[in-house]
Amino acid sequence: MSEIVVRTTDVVKQYGEGEAAVRALAGVSCEIFAGEYLSIMGPSGSGKSTLFNMIGGLDKPNSGSVFVNSVDIAQLTPRELAFLRCHTIGYIFQTFNLITVRTALENVTLPMLFAGVTPEEAEDRGRELLDLVGLGHRYHHRPTELSGGQQQRVAIARSLANRPAIILADEPTGNLDLKTGQEIIDLLRKLNEEQQVTIISATHDHKMLDVSDRIFHIRDGQLAKVQTKAEAVTSGLHD
Amino acid sequence: MQKRDIKNTDPPLWVAWNQALASIRVRFFRQLVTSIGIALGIAFFASVMTMRAGAPGGSAADESRMRWLLGTSLVMCLVGVTNSMLMSVAERYREIGTIKCLGASDGFIVRVFFIEAMLLGASGSFAGAFIGAVPIALIQHVSGGTVFGIMLLSTLVGMSMTVAAAIAPAAQAAKMPAAAALRVDV
Repeated sequence: MSEIVVRTTDVVKQYGEGEAAVRALAGVSCEIFAGEYLSIMGPSGSGKSTLFNMIGGLDKPNSGSVFVNSVDIAQLTPRELAFLRCHTIGYIFQTFNLITVRTALENVTLPMLFAGVTPEEAEDRGRELLDLVGLGHRYHHRPTELSGGQQQRVAIARSLANRPAIILADEPTGNLDLKTGQEIIDLLRKLNEEQQVTIISATHDHKMLDVSDRIFHIRDGQLAKVQTKAEAVTSGLHD
Repeated sequence: MQKRDIKNTDPPLWVAWNQALASIRVRFFRQLVTSIGIALGIAFFASVMTMRAGAPGGSAADESRMRWLLGTSLVMCLVGVTNSMLMSVAERYREIGTIKCLGASDGFIVRVFFIEAMLLGASGSFAGAFIGAVPIALIQHVSGGTVFGIMLLSTLVGMSMTVAAAIAPAAQAAKMPAAAALRVDV
């Protein structure tokens, strides 16, 4: 765990202008290592979702830089950014965000088609991934025909489609009940261990913290504290 | 680690085509309403055109009234079509944001909406042109050739309006940062 996969330097993001401006991130610098399971923790409004968006190339900072695989994403053209999202990053959202008009399998194959994989290959891998997340019997169901937990599993399979280096999960358990949430966490941890994919997850779910290698605490748009797993265990999480 | 070579990430056209078809199929009733909106506007336009063709040689005052009516029908049609398409794109900002996260280029998103608007526009406009032109043509005994010409023109007008009204907001949505598109709630 020495290779740095994401690095941010003094990232500032504000919304709005003038007096009404809200500073969501006030200079965040951090390093995230390949293969780790990282949780970004903080109360709502602390800027953790904004940081998540910055790391994922979903939004651009007002100042400072974000490097993904040593590439400054502010320098990328829209097309290069699309390429980065397609190949390097997989996204999981609190609200699942599946494409409602397509089936589970089609949701998983779509990113592969963007990556130029042949339809046959994409379909084979799509089935494999749905099997992996335990949805082998739901290939042709549309999202509306699936439960929340099942939808999130499809989203996880989809995020893995192009073998990304990083999976970004924005409160992946936020809309799920306790048991289903635990299953999703276990699945993410398993994928992290078996596929060596870096998982970065914004959360305020304490169960999520138990499995994290490191925890970033965000307060008022700043990185207030970085805890390793050992520290979190000894100091107690529930402060 | 070196920056990877950036290749052309656009998938073949059938991927966009399938996405557009799925969207029409699954949202059939929603899309039907949109298409009826287009059809009504175009029906008005086609009927005025047919009336004008069916009663030629009127006075100058009649002619200018006809022109005025024709202009009005076009404006009404434009407003109706734009309204329908703006709504149907606005409802889908989230979907646009999601597809962007999956690695779609801006061009792909615009292409999906282009294909969808073409299909909706063509079917809606043709239906409207038929409803608007044929009954009046039968009553006023307008020649088949003229009716065909009017229907063709109306369909083309309807299609181009639909495509223009869909592409403008879709292109704007495609250009937004993905996070902003995901945040939009309609």
